[in-house]
Amino acid sequence: MARDKAKPGSIPRQKMPEQSPLARVATFSEVALGLAPDIAHLESERCLMCKKPTCIEGCPVSIDIPSFIQRVVNDDLEGAARVLFESNALPAICGRVCPQEDQCESVCVLGKKFEPVAIGRLERFVADYVRENGLDLLPNPGQATGHKVAIIGSGPAGLSAAGELAKLGHAVTIFEALHKPGGVLVYGIPEFRLPKDIVAQEIDNLRKLGVEIETNVVIGRTVLVDELFAEEGFDAVFIGTGAGLPYFLDIPGEDLNGVCSANEFLTRVNLMKAYDFPNVDTPVHVGNNVTVIGGGNTALDAARTALRLKPEKVSLVYRRSREEMPGRAEEIHHAEEEGVDFQMLTNPVRFIDNGEGWLAGMECVRMELGEPDDSGRRRPIPIEGSNFVIHCETAVVAVGNGANQIVASTTPGLDTGRHGNIVADEETGATSRDGVFAGGDIVTGAATVILAMGAGKKAAATVHQYLLTLDGGATENGAAEITSPG
Amino acid sequence: MYKIVEKRTLAPLTTWFLVEAPLVAKRHKPGQFVLVRVCEGGERFPLTIVDSDKETGTIALVSQEVGKSTGLLAKVEEGEFLLDVAGPLGKPTDIHQFGRVVCVAGGIGAAPLFPIARGMKNVGNDVTVILGARNEELMILREELETVCHALRIATDDGSVGFHGFVSQLLDERIQSGESYDHAVAIGPLPMMEAVCKVTGKYNIPTIVSLNPVMVDGTGMCGGCRVKVHGETLFACVDGPEFDGLGVDFASLSHRLKMYHKQEQCSLQRVAKEGA
Repeated sequence: MARDKAKPGSIPRQKMPEQSPLARVATFSEVALGLAPDIAHLESERCLMCKKPTCIEGCPVSIDIPSFIQRVVNDDLEGAARVLFESNALPAICGRVCPQEDQCESVCVLGKKFEPVAIGRLERFVADYVRENGLDLLPNPGQATGHKVAIIGSGPAGLSAAGELAKLGHAVTIFEALHKPGGVLVYGIPEFRLPKDIVAQEIDNLRKLGVEIETNVVIGRTVLVDELFAEEGFDAVFIGTGAGLPYFLDIPGEDLNGVCSANEFLTRVNLMKAYDFPNVDTPVHVGNNVTVIGGGNTALDAARTALRLKPEKVSLVYRRSREEMPGRAEEIHHAEEEGVDFQMLTNPVRFIDNGEGWLAGMECVRMELGEPDDSGRRRPIPIEGSNFVIHCETAVVAVGNGANQIVASTTPGLDTGRHGNIVADEETGATSRDGVFAGGDIVTGAATVILAMGAGKKAAATVHQYLLTLDGGATENGAAEITSPG
Repeated sequence: MYKIVEKRTLAPLTTWFLVEAPLVAKRHKPGQFVLVRVCEGGERFPLTIVDSDKETGTIALVSQEVGKSTGLLAKVEEGEFLLDVAGPLGKPTDIHQFGRVVCVAGGIGAAPLFPIARGMKNVGNDVTVILGARNEELMILREELETVCHALRIATDDGSVGFHGFVSQLLDERIQSGESYDHAVAIGPLPMMEAVCKVTGKYNIPTIVSLNPVMVDGTGMCGGCRVKVHGETLFACVDGPEFDGLGVDFASLSHRLKMYHKQEQCSLQRVAKEGA
């Protein structure tokens, strides 16, 4: 389809159609509905096809963004998908949950004068087209190298590392502690933001590449890292176990019934499908008034999940102001539209007992912002005498996650940092142990799906180089130096 | 899928299973547990491993029907499968030479206590087991426990066999009549463990208890199993399940165990209706 190139900025950024707030809080089905083909086409024409595209640098997995968008312009959606799959094994997931506004779209050249190209929406559009039409566009697994790689954890870091290594011909086995693969994509991120059948399908794509997934295996308990090498014949191990240890507030009353971590709340609802209790056996506690504590994406997910379980009111309490909330702007907006009551500059000081061991409320104090702290954000300071009570029967604590020690504490010689995170080179994933690599939240602390995927991808490249050295010494880079002396 | 290779009834509503789980069997140590999911839509719930055999790749589990999930488990027959078994989870029991060790079991607590008593005996401790139940019919693993200790003492609430009273009362009586212990392990219902700790605390006997709060993942991820020990919040799944009984806040744990009581009743009523 030959068309004159539109003048830069003459087409406005196309909006994502969504379920209305009223309709969507009645269900767990996906909020954002995806672009229609003609709208996606229009959006693709906004891309300037820069000679030096900055967007690629903004992408943690370095997708060739102008190249895939050009194919959307040409109505070659299969070609567009092939470009995506080259860099990213899980585009339908990334198109939904990546914070594009902080990454590719934040450096889009068009965005300097106009609104940036909706790269994430286009990625989702292409990935959904492939998925919905059952197209098999996966790259062929590389020729078998005879090397075995173990991946610990089937979250974003592990899945992305597994995909890369399988493409290179290595025999990859993912070990997952839970009964279902996907990690935070399955237990954490709710259905209305990331439908679980999409996750399942992208994981199936990895299986088609030859990746094996063993569930119910808790590395560090069921099998040790040392045994993976000595007894199971693995040549390398990648640890992508995420940040799965919930922090609590450490204030009085936190052990009352009705107080739980966001991890527990979300795992019950997402992984165990507690929204369907008693048709399934796992319940979740939801009082008439639910308060979520925290300002990140997990807090927003928990608040919006709670809304869908039909209490009378859901409040979100955050100790700084809205500007400092680490959650995605889009999700903050969604939560507000759906009716979450935002209590900013508010900090809980104790949970109140109803006299029988159940939560009756939360005493809070109002905060004001002082000088910037280490994180560069203004430090919240309590306003003396401003205490007040929020009545609630359920409180969900979403103030962050730390590193689970099960793998590190059972792997001699694997160095950990101050917060128990595994020490690994952020560029290569190399750890203090030969043949052991790590990436994602277990190294960086809680971050985003795409950063974990980027880390998995980078580490996979290093694992590949490492496996080549096992073959005969020379790395690919080394070999390249010999063959191209000029 | 994890095959049930053998199944027998130990007492009313109490069943012993031998389950094929080679990886779990290989690494299991006394004190550890598995998380089980019987079928699709089922809950994940913890069961302490009673025994394991590396050669045959099997583990033994004992379950008492208390709710819907344990009821579903009881219906799985020999040759059928459990959907998920993950483990061995939790920290193993600290087994070394303490000297004179008393292992106190209440009701179904006899099952998790069995490998611990055996382990304690194997490393050269002088082991006394105090086994209690509501009545003789509900007492389990008596013969098995007899083989892994030097002295077995029996108590029943109704006096149908052995000492007439609680295990904690029997323990107190034995200590008063001159027996002394360097270390105690108590496993059973919460009130029983609390009562035992009151006795051992009186005589300054270090006491380990095994806690059974509600768990979802069993790997430290949800925090649902948090317990207070010496004022510190710990996760039973990764920091336990065994803790210093003299520091456990039993009252708070007892409340937490009631968290889903209403929902459990709702599930059971549905089962009763469907069954009718």
